[in-house]
Amino acid sequence: MDFADTPDEAAFRAEVAAFLKANARPLAGGSGEGPVDDSHVARARAWQARRAEAGFAGITWPRRFGGRGGTPMQQVIYAQEEAKYDVPAHVFEIGLGMCIPTLMAYAPPEVSARYVGPALRGEEIWCQLFSEPGAGSDVAGLRMRAERDCEDWVVNGQKIWTSGAHFSDFGLLLTRTDPGVPKHRGLTMFFLDMRSPGVEVRRIRQISGTSNFNEVFFTDVRIPDAQRLGAPGEGWTVALTTLMHERLAIGSLPGPDFGELLELAKTMQVNGQPASRDGAVRERLADWYVQSKGLEYTRMRMLTALSRGQMPGPEASIYKAVSASKIQEIATFALDLMDSAGMVSDPQTAPMRAVFQEALLYSPAGRIAGGTDEILKNIIAERVLGLPGDIRVDREAAFNALPAS
Amino acid sequence: MNFEFSEELGAVRAQAQSFLRTHASGSARRSLEQRTGFDAALWEQVGRLGWLGAAIPEAFGGIGLGEEGLCVIAEEVGRSLAALPFASSAYLAAQAVLLFGDAGQKARLLPDLARGSAIGCFALAEGPGAPSPEAVRAVLAGGALTGRKAPVVDGGIATLAVVAVRDHDEVGLCVADLSTVGVSRDGLDTIDPSRNVAALSFDRCPAEWLPGARGWPAVMRLLDRAAVLFAFEQLGGAQASLDMARDYALQRRAFGRQIGSFQAIKHKLADVYIAIELARSNAYYGAYALQSAAGDMTEAASAARVAATHAFELASQENLQTHGGMGFTWESDCHLFYRRAKHLSLVLGAAPFWRDRLVGALEFRNAA
Repeated sequence: MDFADTPDEAAFRAEVAAFLKANARPLAGGSGEGPVDDSHVARARAWQARRAEAGFAGITWPRRFGGRGGTPMQQVIYAQEEAKYDVPAHVFEIGLGMCIPTLMAYAPPEVSARYVGPALRGEEIWCQLFSEPGAGSDVAGLRMRAERDCEDWVVNGQKIWTSGAHFSDFGLLLTRTDPGVPKHRGLTMFFLDMRSPGVEVRRIRQISGTSNFNEVFFTDVRIPDAQRLGAPGEGWTVALTTLMHERLAIGSLPGPDFGELLELAKTMQVNGQPASRDGAVRERLADWYVQSKGLEYTRMRMLTALSRGQMPGPEASIYKAVSASKIQEIATFALDLMDSAGMVSDPQTAPMRAVFQEALLYSPAGRIAGGTDEILKNIIAERVLGLPGDIRVDREAAFNALPAS
Repeated sequence: MNFEFSEELGAVRAQAQSFLRTHASGSARRSLEQRTGFDAALWEQVGRLGWLGAAIPEAFGGIGLGEEGLCVIAEEVGRSLAALPFASSAYLAAQAVLLFGDAGQKARLLPDLARGSAIGCFALAEGPGAPSPEAVRAVLAGGALTGRKAPVVDGGIATLAVVAVRDHDEVGLCVADLSTVGVSRDGLDTIDPSRNVAALSFDRCPAEWLPGARGWPAVMRLLDRAAVLFAFEQLGGAQASLDMARDYALQRRAFGRQIGSFQAIKHKLADVYIAIELARSNAYYGAYALQSAAGDMTEAASAARVAATHAFELASQENLQTHGGMGFTWESDCHLFYRRAKHLSLVLGAAPFWRDRLVGALEFRNAA
């Protein structure tokens, strides 16, 4: 067991650190996620291009597609170092973390070659179109129809919760091509140009007031059969590839953690002394520290398994299951420490530029997006602990025979 | 970077697991029902296997596996619920002599501790309250120890004690042979009768300082190191509790189906799994800090201890709950885990003490 870098790892870390120092500004407080507007996207594209040019994009991807051909450990070292800098990284998380790996797994090499490079350099952004109004946790219950018409498929229906659809160039799209068979067997995966005729993106206003995700409406959208990933009816298998990569892509959810809370607690008063000296406050601080470190080291253990050639398993579900609600709890507790002043969300007057007030309002999303807390616990119970699946009424029946909500 | 035990220690673990499965099964129940306080036959075998000397150098009769080796064995001992004075002797008494003893004390005391022919215990508490220098009232003056220590885990079966004492304003550790004059022992009833616990009274009993352990920081250094080892023992118990709950949830049927197919049970056991994994990761970091003498020992140890205490308490509670009424019967093993979980959470400073210690260390580091 050794936490120190090997000589190779140390050399790579030094290389990364030198690149970041020369090209980015160190982070100066505040770790929340701001609104994703046009200027943020432009900044993100520019940063991605610079990373790619320096050889730090697609670190674990094969060289033949423009990746670095590096190790998962190098990927983590890069992420650790980059986290110290103020760079707009999240715009590309879904495309590079989930969509492009799926494309590389299922598209012919010449198709991958066309799309991987531009995505790596930040020239083209991808989004993922799986969820629908009637298919969230039960995503295999989706209804968007794709019907074959000569060399094309014609798609009609609606997607929702699509992060970044409003600035994406391409999308990974899961559709129903055969409603006459059980739900998991009638799905087919495609990718498409988001500017195809018949695609309409509408922003969704979130409780935080910002709009990072969207509804996407499809009206007679034509997708060439050459943009199908996997065989017709095999869409669920392809989607599982995407979702497996999701476990790797979601690193740390942005938000205030133990360190920010300790900083706040030193400046707030409880019973005439700094809150950080109060026994009840210290108990909570300790438990969040233990959770944070537990997650950090759990990631290290997964990485060790990965570097020994094992695949990331359902165990990785633990990461979001813990960190999302932790941010919400910390935000709630931090506002309590401020007492009535905790209601003030003006960054000019609220402590620490209102990082906790912001977190209060965006943190619920983390517990829902990318697998709800409840679904993640089902995954742990069924796939890690081996408990039986729920009694299902929808497994064998044809999809079009199921009651709709 | 590599965050897993070595293959060699993997083999040690496999061997310990298979030995304990065969020889320690029923050990806690026998000890509980016969009130023997420990399993003497198993203790002798464990001594022969060298486990007690895992972290003791070969020069002093140990097998020199290092601290990580002792961590791996501690986890397996915890999983088996073996009724042994393992922690008292190996994590506390032997470590105290190794860390703070002079050359003569090490040569005289460690070989017997490594082999199990001596049983050590650690006498710190003097009644209710968290560890603190002010609470140490036992006195060592002119080579004579006087005072009353309670509760002392394994105090009724140990042959030697490492005792927290004071000489005027200075607090430290001494070692006393429990077969000498001036020692009296009174057994105490506890929440976990599978383990021996006693009150030790010393009346001008001969004792000698461990010269390296003068001052409270030395006492806390021993506690930090032992906290990591206890965390592994708790982790093993927690995992065994979860395994037991999972097996029962697969086997028991209600409302026409396995109870493990209900989300109420699934989510409960997923929460236990999460607590255990967070505890495991913190314990691993503790093992690394212990073995490599990394600078943040106090943070690593406190975090490992807090997480492991929570994991074992939660796992043993929810294991019993998953078993329903059966879990509350004497015949079920659920209560053995439930009792041991709370026993282990109290042996070395309870959770509030370690949470406070953790935050104190972090404040100090942030201020530095």
